[in-house]
Amino acid sequence: MAATTAIEMEHVWLSFEGKPALADVSCEVRRGETLVLLGATGSGKSVLLKSVLGLLKPDEGCILIDGQDIVPLSEDQLHPVRRRMGIVFQEGALFDSLSVYENVAYRLREEGIRDEQEIEHRVREVLSFVEMDAAIDKMPAELSGGMRRRVSIARAIISQPSIMLYDSPTGGLDPVTAHTINLLIMKLRDTEQVSSVVVTHRLQDAFFLANFRFSAQTQSLVPPNGGGKAGGASLARFLVLREGSVHFFGSAKELAQTRDPYLHKFLH
Amino acid sequence: MAELSIDGYLKRKVLAVQDFTYLFLNSIGSIVRPPRYLTDTLLQMDVIGVGSLPIVLLTGFFTGGVLALQSYRTLSAFGSVEFLGEVVSISVVRELGPVLTALMVAGRNSSGIASEIGSMLVSEQIDAMRALGTDPLRKLVAPRLYAALTTLPVLTVLADFCGMLGGFFVSVSTAHLTSTEYWTNAYEALDFRDVMQGLLKPFFFAAIVALVGCYFGLKTRGGTEGVGRSTTQAVVVASVLILVVDFFITKLLVGIHFS
Repeated sequence: MAATTAIEMEHVWLSFEGKPALADVSCEVRRGETLVLLGATGSGKSVLLKSVLGLLKPDEGCILIDGQDIVPLSEDQLHPVRRRMGIVFQEGALFDSLSVYENVAYRLREEGIRDEQEIEHRVREVLSFVEMDAAIDKMPAELSGGMRRRVSIARAIISQPSIMLYDSPTGGLDPVTAHTINLLIMKLRDTEQVSSVVVTHRLQDAFFLANFRFSAQTQSLVPPNGGGKAGGASLARFLVLREGSVHFFGSAKELAQTRDPYLHKFLH
Repeated sequence: MAELSIDGYLKRKVLAVQDFTYLFLNSIGSIVRPPRYLTDTLLQMDVIGVGSLPIVLLTGFFTGGVLALQSYRTLSAFGSVEFLGEVVSISVVRELGPVLTALMVAGRNSSGIASEIGSMLVSEQIDAMRALGTDPLRKLVAPRLYAALTTLPVLTVLADFCGMLGGFFVSVSTAHLTSTEYWTNAYEALDFRDVMQGLLKPFFFAAIVALVGCYFGLKTRGGTEGVGRSTTQAVVVASVLILVVDFFITKLLVGIHFS
């Protein structure tokens, strides 16, 4: 039976040179849900994201991906797990020496696909999804920050992952580009049922992801329970980290109504 | 407090040796375990081998020339100028060729490797690589190691020849030896053990050049400033290690020679 949660963290501890970066972190992300990760700089958001992908190993605790604990897995054993996940790094982390086409095709080649026609078809398809078809032959150095993030999203989604991780995908971008990126995150969640973790400093982005959903039928934004969405399940939950510990974990409504002085300061 | 810091220092050094050994064994292990990155290896052979060719040839030529010039004065004092070919060929083939070639390649490539991998690390490209299902040791370290192992011995042979050529020009123009005198003397002076010594060393030096560059690249911390620091450390450590390892290999081989 498939697990109902896409990601589950149980009492995760991780330290660097004796300093805890994550301290007893527990949370979960349900299928098709977005977990918005908030916190001050250095609170452990990126560390948490990298732990979920197995790039960092916790000292203690479990991290379950689709019900499988990835903490004891070796690098080779992690590859099939990572194949179901995609990540968008803060600055895109595109390979400088490869063109946009080769960057996006990278994962397919690593998976052993040799049919160049199939590769090209899939690359064009995902680049079209992120509206970057025109940049297919460009090098990463020729792209703007927003374009790099969009190519990075294309690279991450080419193998149709069921989980997406975004590390400050809209950081340092203008509002229009940031909206385009948020829309892409939302489209993946609402049309492809991709579970996601989004690290962000921009509260407007966080509440945008929680308060709207993308309707494939009308090709427009609708309220969470509008447009025939069954069950009224939550689209996004919030996790606020403070010095590596979970300070808040709950819905957008609970966060907005909180009287906690730290969160209050953080939100206003 | 002092005890603690010495303790910490020693632990860091032991950890560095452990990491370096891990890097070496895993890179070597990827010969038998797929995936193998042949295109990347060929690309690195071009960067390390073909790219280093001009500086290696020039270094070899002028080293041989200078050696002949310096030896000429001493040999002429004993009336043994005809041995100039022997002095140049033995010195170049046994010692100067392999060591100077390795030092030049280290200066050019250990730094390049450290800065390239260091930049990839600080811009999260290595994390992205791992996230996309690639082992950076197989994709980045192994191709550089194989490229260095295959190209450095070839570069050394070419540098040896250029060194002897440099010695030849000086011998003919300054010491007024004939071409036959020089080349016959140079050729006959070399035996199998000299050539073996000269061809064995580049394999050790190649491993140092590639692995030290990769090690410091992968250990880069602290953004672009850290990349600069790694680059410098890679060149310094690789150069010193080449000289130290050269001493021990020479001692070992000379010991075998006389036993």
